[in-house]
Amino acid sequence: MREVVILGVGMTRFGASELSMKELFSLAAGQALAESGVEPGDVEGLFVGQCLGVFEEGQANIAPFLGAELGLPHDAPASRFESACASATVAIRHGALMVGAGVHDLVLCGGVERATVMGTSLATTTFAMASHAEYECPAGITFPGVFGLAAHLYAAKYGLGLAELKRCMAEVAVKNHRHGFNNPLAQFRKEITVQDVLESPMIADPLQLYDCCPFSDGAAAVVLADAARFRNQVAQPILVAGLGQGQAGSIYAQKDITLSPARQASIRRAYRQAGIGPAEVDVCELHDCFTIAEIIATEALGFFDFGTGAAAARRGETTRGGRVVINPSGGLKAKGHPIGATGAAQTYEIVKQLRGECGPRQVEGARIGLVDTLGGDLGAVCNLVLRRA
Amino acid sequence: MEGLPLTHARFKEGLAQGRLLGLKCLDCGAWTVPPQATCSACGRFRLEVGQVTPRGVIRTFTVIRVPPAGFEAPYIVALVELEDGPWVLGNLLGLDPDRAGLDLIGRKVSVGGRLRPPDQTRGGAQAAVLTFNLLD
Repeated sequence: MREVVILGVGMTRFGASELSMKELFSLAAGQALAESGVEPGDVEGLFVGQCLGVFEEGQANIAPFLGAELGLPHDAPASRFESACASATVAIRHGALMVGAGVHDLVLCGGVERATVMGTSLATTTFAMASHAEYECPAGITFPGVFGLAAHLYAAKYGLGLAELKRCMAEVAVKNHRHGFNNPLAQFRKEITVQDVLESPMIADPLQLYDCCPFSDGAAAVVLADAARFRNQVAQPILVAGLGQGQAGSIYAQKDITLSPARQASIRRAYRQAGIGPAEVDVCELHDCFTIAEIIATEALGFFDFGTGAAAARRGETTRGGRVVINPSGGLKAKGHPIGATGAAQTYEIVKQLRGECGPRQVEGARIGLVDTLGGDLGAVCNLVLRRA
Repeated sequence: MEGLPLTHARFKEGLAQGRLLGLKCLDCGAWTVPPQATCSACGRFRLEVGQVTPRGVIRTFTVIRVPPAGFEAPYIVALVELEDGPWVLGNLLGLDPDRAGLDLIGRKVSVGGRLRPPDQTRGGAQAAVLTFNLLD
């Protein structure tokens, strides 16, 4: 495979937006193209994550509309990728593979979502459609519900006690809100306390409101290019060093979802391709759709042994001064989670971190970064290892 | 492979008649419940339909407080490990959701099923849901 670099990134502010998905994506893509010093006419392919547009805007087949909105050439294929919350990372991986394979020299990838227009009831219903339609949805399972199952399983399996686990989970929310406070693009720039989390309304036992990420609108974009031809195009190209993607189907088939088999498969491949292990990762944006989700992700990614991630979070191992800085952007929890865009926003943050452009939230000296995005009820996971070129 | 050994429609029909159907692998002997095209343990296609022992143990649960459209909260969703091996997802009945605690994990349940009314967001089909009742 040819070496692939990221030339530029762009991202809208996350939160509630009145802009259409075409408008949101155009803003993010415009920034990414400008950072890369290229024009829309230079783009050879558009691969974009988008999940629930049919319900949000009544818009199917969005990719060619995004391509046209941006003025991309007719011979640049424009394709939508749908892998629930992992959609954008899957799109970016695909773009990197197309450039790596020599099919294209320069592609635009990213994602967009506009979940807030649906309101809580329709959003809860449509998000749950990423569970198994015949054998999970009829039980009324929801996304918080899936991670409620994971949290109770984790507490019972490791003999942690629910009160202790909930305390550790609350620390994850507090930490991600503290990180997000320094991110001007975050949906919530507000610090919270452990007490705030433990006193918030119950959503799906044992997860309370502040254990959950919000519904969000937003877009993010990434320009990927052949390193040999384009690496001198920008001052700080970022190398795509490793890629991984795994799948695992329904939660009942996965059995113990706290072990996240799709993630273990994905990250093994990404680390191997990059020639690194978890100890080499300086900064990581991972899928904290719920506080317990961050804890189980830090274990499957190899930062902590299985069963020790909760205690590590409580000890402060996942923030500045700890073992590895997790979610300096504020994560899905504080930055927001426009599901089709999330993986591209995580990539945006890691690229900015590796370039040293993150101001007060900068992880000093970060050289290697990891993107981890989960789709559905742990059924899809996609990972990118990025490093300074 | 000549056709599917156990379709969703037939599985649903079984539940409506009070029978929990599954697939037994002719290669590795493992059970697959609910049905799919291949053995959930070894991934092979040689499967035969059989009746699964309708009992298991609760491995985890949650109480849904903010439901999807068409559901009335609160209710309990549980993952149960069947005596025959597979894990299945369904609703735990007969217990006040506000009394559901971590001590549910490990409790024995009987496994049944019921049909849900047709849902227009899902092609108008009637859905089947597994139901659990505490045995001890």
